[in-house]
Amino acid sequence: MSVPAKTKTGFLDSLEKSPATDIFLKGLWRKNPTFVQVIGMCPVLAVSNTAENALAMGLATAFVLLMSNTLVSILRFVIPKQVRISCYILIIATFVTMADYAIQAMSVELHKALGAFISLIVVNCLILGRAEAFASKNTVETSVLDALGMGAGFTFALFCLGAVRELLGNGSLFGIAVFPASFQEWVVMMLPAGGFFTLALWLFIFNAVKRAKQNKERGKALP
Amino acid sequence: MQTMSQADTTEPTISLKMLKAMVGIGIVCACLIALTFEYTLPRIENLKAEALNKAISIVIPGMVTKKTFGVDRNNNLLEVNNKDKSPHLLYAGYDENGKLMGLAVEASGIGFGGVLRILYGYDPEKQAITGFHVLESKETPGLGDKIEKSSDFLENFRALDVSLNEDNVTLKHKITVVKNGAKKNPWEIDGITGATISSRAIGNILADSTRQMAPLINRHKSNLEKN
Repeated sequence: MSVPAKTKTGFLDSLEKSPATDIFLKGLWRKNPTFVQVIGMCPVLAVSNTAENALAMGLATAFVLLMSNTLVSILRFVIPKQVRISCYILIIATFVTMADYAIQAMSVELHKALGAFISLIVVNCLILGRAEAFASKNTVETSVLDALGMGAGFTFALFCLGAVRELLGNGSLFGIAVFPASFQEWVVMMLPAGGFFTLALWLFIFNAVKRAKQNKERGKALP
Repeated sequence: MQTMSQADTTEPTISLKMLKAMVGIGIVCACLIALTFEYTLPRIENLKAEALNKAISIVIPGMVTKKTFGVDRNNNLLEVNNKDKSPHLLYAGYDENGKLMGLAVEASGIGFGGVLRILYGYDPEKQAITGFHVLESKETPGLGDKIEKSSDFLENFRALDVSLNEDNVTLKHKITVVKNGAKKNPWEIDGITGATISSRAIGNILADSTRQMAPLINRHKSNLEKN
């Protein structure tokens, strides 16, 4: 019984030690853009009213982040530092426009639900922040990994919010009814205020988990 | 003078580099956007037309083919091409034998959260509204959007009376929204408790639109009936 458990921890250890997975996990968990860095809050609060909207918004942002990080990293020796911000914005805006058309071509309903927030990905500080702080200083491979990690972290956070809000506010998940018809919906969860409540709840859970882990490590260090 | 000449030699190269980088990125980005636009355009237009067709077949049950009409400045009904960009106002739906099944009319007004655009079905035989479908709405989820979901409210529109007077120009009764449960006449709408403004907005939009459209449709009835 103890043998598979041992190999499992060994595998996880080697995963955490490898620098590539470390960069990816940093975005997904340790420096999660929403739960730890608390940046790019506008779409997090506005379009997380259903699980589907949240997932679509998260994926669109992750796509733009991946493409802009890649391009910024490729062009990092070409872009003069005096005009770097305008170059980044130009690149980001291009991919946002492409994502906008792609979502329209996928579903009119989805495009209607996300509305102006797709175009507003341009000014999401998460994307410009990663371009400026990471992609412009690192190789293409690590920038791609960073974008994948941060994008996954952002999508995960948005989905966490969207799932809770849809469950309580509409009694369903991905449009499929979960609770019986007698369930009284919490209308406030569908309203903007519900976004704040849910975000606070998740931040509380995230920090509680982190604190518990820290305490445990401190306990180990002190014999 | 020395500093001037130094500046002369370095400044243009930096500016040129900046210019090259920005113009280069700009051109690449413009190409990418143009390509995406060209590639997705047919699909987007298809989806939009599909959504509109679906909405029309909801308010005109049994529709097989349709014709699109617009209203010109002199209050005349004109058939317009589907590819025309002018605002479409009226759709006539026919069954497979070419019989007029009903009309779908586009109308809009101000709701609680902003512009509310709807499509309603009108039966020229019964002179009644037979249903409506929300095309665009910014009503509060959970409260104002009951206008789309509440079956009690939608029941009002099974046969909402908008019959014309003998002169064929004015309506006999104006559509009015009353308090929930107070509906007595076929031209009244039972409002929704908790969505008062949104349900009243629907009533106002229908009242405004039918005042203009019902006499117009009646005048061009023979025109609409032939397919």
